[in-house]
Amino acid sequence: MDDPQKTRKEFSRRTLLKGGAIAAVSGLSGMSEAIAPAAAADSPFVSHANITLVINGVSRRVEVEPRSTLLDVLRERLYLTGTKKGCNRGECGACTIHLDGRRVNGCLVLAIAADGKKIETIEGLANGDQLHPMQQAFIDQDAFQCGYCTSGQIMSAVACVAEGHTGSNSEIREWMSGNICRCSAYPQIVAAVNAVAKRNA
Amino acid sequence: MKNFSYARPTSIHQAIELAATSDVTILAGGTELLNWARIGIAEPSKLVDITGVEGLEGIEELPNGVVRIGALTKLNDVALHPVIRKSYPVLSTSILKAASAQIRNLATIGGNPLQRVRCPYFRADEPTPCNKRTPRSGCAALHGLNEKHAIFGWTEDCVAVQPSDPAAALAALDAVFVTQSRQGGRRIPATTFHTLPSENPTAHNVLQQGEVIAWIELGEAAPKSAYLKIRERESYEFATVSAAVALEMEGPVIHRARIALGSVAMRPWRLVETEGRLAGLRSDSPEIMLAVKAGFADAKPLAMNRYKIQLAQNTAVRAIEMAAQA
Repeated sequence: MDDPQKTRKEFSRRTLLKGGAIAAVSGLSGMSEAIAPAAAADSPFVSHANITLVINGVSRRVEVEPRSTLLDVLRERLYLTGTKKGCNRGECGACTIHLDGRRVNGCLVLAIAADGKKIETIEGLANGDQLHPMQQAFIDQDAFQCGYCTSGQIMSAVACVAEGHTGSNSEIREWMSGNICRCSAYPQIVAAVNAVAKRNA
Repeated sequence: MKNFSYARPTSIHQAIELAATSDVTILAGGTELLNWARIGIAEPSKLVDITGVEGLEGIEELPNGVVRIGALTKLNDVALHPVIRKSYPVLSTSILKAASAQIRNLATIGGNPLQRVRCPYFRADEPTPCNKRTPRSGCAALHGLNEKHAIFGWTEDCVAVQPSDPAAALAALDAVFVTQSRQGGRRIPATTFHTLPSENPTAHNVLQQGEVIAWIELGEAAPKSAYLKIRERESYEFATVSAAVALEMEGPVIHRARIALGSVAMRPWRLVETEGRLAGLRSDSPEIMLAVKAGFADAKPLAMNRYKIQLAQNTAVRAIEMAAQA
C-alpha cells in the first residue's frame, strides 16, 4: 500500500504546480487592469483590490476581484482545499468556515468584504499531529462515509459546541441542520457532537 | 457571476449618497444577493457594501418604549438578544426557525424581508414566464406547479408568496421600517412593506432605488406572542404556512389579538376580521376556530393548494393557543 503521507505530499505538490500555473496566467491577465484601474481616482468603487485575510492565525495578502467569494479565494488562490464547494448557494454547508469566530457559509461571503478579518478553516483545527477533539470524535463515532461534507460538518460542530446548542440530540440536530450529509451519517454526527460537548461540560 | 465594482462606505451619509445612483445595488449580508447574481435574477454592476456603516448594528431600548433594531444586526443576534427573547418571543422564534445557523450569522434583519419569492419559475435557471423575473412575460405558476403558492391576494399576474419568517412576526407586531435616502427617508409599516400583485406584479416591496433600511422599530412589548411554522421537514426549510400571533390577555380572556400569516400571500397576511372577533373570547373557547375561519372569507385556492386553507386555519388556531400560554 502507498504511504498515505507520501501520497498526500505528492498530491499537494502537484496541486501547487497546477495552481501556480493558473495563478501566473490570471496574474498576467489581471495586469492591464492593475495598471489602469477601472475606477476613476476619486471614485470609491474598485474593480479589484489587495486584501488581507488572517487565516488560521497567518496573515495572507491576495489580490481579488469583487465577485470572488471567500470560498473560491481560499480554495483556488490560497490552495486551502479542505473547505469544500458543494452547492455554491448556501444550501449544503460544505463550505462552513469561521469568520471572526462565527460559522458562516464561505460561498455567501465576498472575499473583498472579508478584508482584514480572521478566518478559521478545517486546516487550522489540528495542533500539529494532534487532531482537534471534534476531528477525533468524528473518527471515533464513524461520523462520515464519503467525507465530502465532513470538513463543513466539523467546522459547524465546533461552533455548535462553543455556542452551547448541545442540550439534547434534537437541539444538536436543529443547530446542525445547515450541514447536509447525503450519506446520511446524521446519527453518528450527532453522537460526535454530543461526545465533545459532554467532555467539555 | 459577472464582475462588478465595489465600494464600502463607513457612514450612512456616504452610503445613501452612493446608493442614489441608478446602477447601484446595496449589499448587506449577501445571502440572497450573491445567489441572485449566480442565477441571473440580478446583474449588479456596482455594489455598495453597507456592512461597514457605523451605527446600524445592535439593539437599543429608547426612552419612549420603542425597541430599535439596527438593520445590519445579524439574525442570530436579534433572535438571541435578551430583550427580544423576553418581550417579543414571536420575533425571536420566527428568526430561529429561518434558514440555518451559518446563514443567520451573515444575514441581517434589514435584509431578510428583502428576500424574493421562492417560486420555482422565478428562480429557474432557464427562462420561464414570470412577471417578476421578466415583466409582461406571464405567470407560469398560475396553471403550473402551484402547491406552495398564494391563497390570498393573488392575481393572474403573480401567485407567489413572500417567504420571510421574520417579516410575518414584524407584521404581527406592527413594526416600522425606518429608511434613509437623499430625500430624507420614510417610516414604512411592516404590514404594507411588501407589494401585492394587484399593486404591482413585478415588485417585491415598496423600497425605492437609493433608499436604505436603517432601523426596524418595535412598539409595545408582546410577551404573549408565538410563531408557528409548518413545513415539510423539521428544520432548514421554507414554510408551507406559518402564523405569527401577538395577544394581550386579561386573565384567560383575549383583550386584543394580532395575527399575521406567512407564506400565504405576497405580504404577511393580517387576519383583520379574525382579530376583531377574538377580542373578548377566552383563549380556550371553541369559538376561536370560527373567528379564524371568518378571516378566510377572501381566501382563494389555486389548482394545487386548496389544502393550504385548512392548514393555515389550524396553524393560526394552534399559534393562538401557544401565544396565550407564552
